[in-house]
Amino acid sequence: MNVLNFIHAFFSDSSHWHGYDGIPARVWEHIQYSLEALGYAALIGLPVGLVTGHYGRGGNTLALIATAGRALPSFGLLVLMFIWLGFGLLPVMIPLVILAVPPILVTTYEALRSVDPSPVDAARGMGMTESRILFQVELPVALPLILSGLRSAAIQIVSTATIAAYVSLGGLGRYIIDGLYQKNYEKVVGGATLVAAMALVTLGIFWAVARLTVSPGVRRS
Amino acid sequence: MSGFFDIPSDLQNTYFGLIGLHLREALIPVLAGLLVSLPIAQLCVRFRWLYPPVLGVTTILYAIPSLAFFVVLIDYTGQTETTVMIPLAVYSLVVLVPAIVDGVRSVPAETLAAATAMGLGPVRRYFQVQLPIAVPAIIAGLRVATVSSISLVSVGMLIGNQGALGNLLNDANLYHRPELAVNSVVTTAVLAILADAFLVLVRRVLTPWMPKESTR
Repeated sequence: MNVLNFIHAFFSDSSHWHGYDGIPARVWEHIQYSLEALGYAALIGLPVGLVTGHYGRGGNTLALIATAGRALPSFGLLVLMFIWLGFGLLPVMIPLVILAVPPILVTTYEALRSVDPSPVDAARGMGMTESRILFQVELPVALPLILSGLRSAAIQIVSTATIAAYVSLGGLGRYIIDGLYQKNYEKVVGGATLVAAMALVTLGIFWAVARLTVSPGVRRS
Repeated sequence: MSGFFDIPSDLQNTYFGLIGLHLREALIPVLAGLLVSLPIAQLCVRFRWLYPPVLGVTTILYAIPSLAFFVVLIDYTGQTETTVMIPLAVYSLVVLVPAIVDGVRSVPAETLAAATAMGLGPVRRYFQVQLPIAVPAIIAGLRVATVSSISLVSVGMLIGNQGALGNLLNDANLYHRPELAVNSVVTTAVLAILADAFLVLVRRVLTPWMPKESTR
């Protein structure tokens, strides 16, 4: 297998393991970009999704925003922001956040809407305030779905953060883009493998978080 | 905004030519994904134990970044359109299989029993009862797949200018013409929104029994 040979060659070359272009440095940069983008996206998507989902209003508006967000091409937006704003992290963060907000927003809204209304009514009958209903009844029940929205957002961010290298930033995309220009195929495949591995690790982390935070009563078979 | 539609000659294409190319590179994979995912989904509905592993495999496939996917395929299919279309077809598949399975499964048991009682065989029951009732779920999946496919084609620019409208982004940098990048982003977004609206229309035509206001 050709690709496997390239992967082996890339990872066994000791010069790939240290320095500013070494694997640990690039992985760390990639993690930083991804976490920052996911943080901003969650900061926007979660509160809006929770509030609109709780009151059940604005679903159509949210669907519209989500469609618009999905329709904007991340890569094109990155290049455009780079041309307009110049070098920096901001041109990378804007497309990544726009990419990640729709899945978080829509899934959170849908998750709260799909909560069985009878426990919510029971909680209201017991005299719980709206915010306690939201955080102590609806949120725990909706958590698996909310996490799945965050998960798909996180995976899309991790995969898409590779394009940051196109505008001269770091991250794992550096190997892919540099490798393509240098016709160094081993580097390209190595970079691609690292990104895919990171996406899989992200999947694993979300699986573990869901395992730890979702109440056993809610967990489906 | 002068030269907004003035496409540099190195792309050897007109503005509308690029749009056509973009739509072809984006939509053929979605169609291929739909054709493959229908039988897979049917198998998953038929044999319940098959669904969790299939779901696992598709989730992992979805985790492979598009750029990485393109790059690995270069070795087999070269820097061509095919290299862009194969990953897009796989992503469509990943979105569509769960959508179709959930849609077909949501058909009430009584409806199926009624169809059987009316003498419908399994094949006719599938095409005349299960599939039509699953249409809203399938279209919902198709909308996500189509929009993301249209958006992802642009990344093909990085592997030897195979990105259709995305190629304008490279030219915007090369020739210092930012309006080309604006053109690329706006046109791609408009194409995606139009395709999305078209699918909503298709769903309305195919499911006349659904209430009109549920636009999602």
